[in-house]
Amino acid sequence: MFKELWNDAAGGFHPASAPDYLPEQALREVQLRRLRAVVEHAYKNVALFRSRMEERGLTPESVQSLADIAKLPFTVKADLRDTYPSGLFAVPMSDVVRLHASSGTTGKPIVVSYTREDIQVWSEVMARALACYGLHRGDIIQNAFGYGLFTGGLGVHYGAETLGATVVPISGGNTDRQLMVIRDFGVSALCCTPSYFAHMLERAEELGVDLPASPLRVGVFGAEPWSDAMRRHIEEAAGIRAYDIYGLSEIVGPGVASECTEQHGLHLFEDHFYPEIIDPESGEPLPDGEEGELVITTLSKRAMPMIRYRTRDITSIIPERCACGRTLRRMRRIERRSDDMFIIRGVNVFPSQVEAALLAVEGTLPHYQIILTRDHGLDQMAVEVEVTAEVFSDKVRALEEVRARLAQSIERIIGIRVMLRLVEPRTIERSQGKAKRVIDRRHD
Amino acid sequence: MKLQQLSLFLENRPGQLGAPLEAIAAEDINILTLSLADTAQFGILRLIVREWEQAKQIFEQGGWVVKQTEVVAVDVLDRPGGLAGALAVLEAAELNIEYMYAFSLRRDDKAILIFRFEDPDRAIEVLLEHGLHVVEAEELMRHVG
Repeated sequence: MFKELWNDAAGGFHPASAPDYLPEQALREVQLRRLRAVVEHAYKNVALFRSRMEERGLTPESVQSLADIAKLPFTVKADLRDTYPSGLFAVPMSDVVRLHASSGTTGKPIVVSYTREDIQVWSEVMARALACYGLHRGDIIQNAFGYGLFTGGLGVHYGAETLGATVVPISGGNTDRQLMVIRDFGVSALCCTPSYFAHMLERAEELGVDLPASPLRVGVFGAEPWSDAMRRHIEEAAGIRAYDIYGLSEIVGPGVASECTEQHGLHLFEDHFYPEIIDPESGEPLPDGEEGELVITTLSKRAMPMIRYRTRDITSIIPERCACGRTLRRMRRIERRSDDMFIIRGVNVFPSQVEAALLAVEGTLPHYQIILTRDHGLDQMAVEVEVTAEVFSDKVRALEEVRARLAQSIERIIGIRVMLRLVEPRTIERSQGKAKRVIDRRHD
Repeated sequence: MKLQQLSLFLENRPGQLGAPLEAIAAEDINILTLSLADTAQFGILRLIVREWEQAKQIFEQGGWVVKQTEVVAVDVLDRPGGLAGALAVLEAAELNIEYMYAFSLRRDDKAILIFRFEDPDRAIEVLLEHGLHVVEAEELMRHVG
């Protein structure tokens, strides 16, 4: 009854959003209680975490305040890979109701698990994210995130259902059909990657689909970094408001943080995901306002608790209270990562993978640079490699073979077609002796 | 019997050819002949110069990637069928030609063919057996210089 009264177009809010407005003191109390519980749970059930705690002479009792979190060991992506597939699970498989896997690019993916309660929490935070954009019961949400092992599709789906909205589970691809559904179903919100939406905009123009005249008013974009310039372009071209959503499968999937209608930073759903900003070099915690690496502790996850997970995303906490009234702290939009990882066509790529591919062919690592561009909404990846005396030949065919071998070696590892260009020595710009590895021109 | 050829890697964009040529011109090194092989993306400049060791050093110091390879020069009469005759000999002997280029000498009514063979020593044998004239380095310098 109340749910229906609150959650409508008149501007009320969904009960799930209540924690967004907790007074700060109450929020900190919830966080500490949950932090102590999750540390105890992980200590009891995850061998890797327990041994790291023991190495430091720590027990769950060592956590008496939120500040004590800084004593705890970090968890990194390699831990998930090293314990593949289920070494970090903290519950028996019979309690796991769902498995997802990340878009890992080298060999094995990263597997994440959820109990029934975990799915409920995920649905709730995702519903709160959608409510942040002003969506509610009665909205028709077209979910063009991929359904499957990727967390994007199902995460948004459950959140939209929890919110009470109508979900169109169209998944990714088939742009013409996406546009037909937007128009024919009266879709009011669309969720997908920003690059896919840019592609959709171009197709809409070709087909003469007038998006600004459609009921579409909200775009929810995530799973890859995008700029404010791109936001302005999207908003203007489609006649919508475009919002950022943040998440990563290691933590839960989408719904870790989201923008609100203020479009100034992303609210962290910190009653479930405790954020820290650290110096990526020293690992020391940094105060709010300072830029560093985002580290997240899952406060309520049961199947796969993550203690101090290093996201490698570089951001800062915005200390001021948001004008929207939420008490949840905000982080600035992610524009870069501490490890230079980039996302292209939904695939996570590390420069180190490209290095490994080049090394496999050349024997020694040549100077190289990755250049990302966007052509008609589609991301393109070029790799420039400086020619060395070892690979150079006076025969065109031999050089073409080197080029093809390098390209194939990269493609085999990351699974994406690359354009490989051989360039003259010393043409790749170096700063302090080190070449800048990734040039991202996708948002120029 | 073999000539030293220098090859340079160049990116295929305007202005790339001038710099290495200027670098050796500044040291008074004269080019006997050259050829440029190119693809859409890169080019390979092949040069024959008298002072090839000095030129190689200049290129290396200038930051270019240089490769030194042995090529074979044959002279034929500069008239129709001159090249075809030499090629027929090589073909009959099943000698693999990686690439070739040619230039003519105004003075002597001769054309010089430069061959890059997979096996230059065997190629020289075959050429000599068939009465073709393999041009020595010194002789080429005289022809051109």
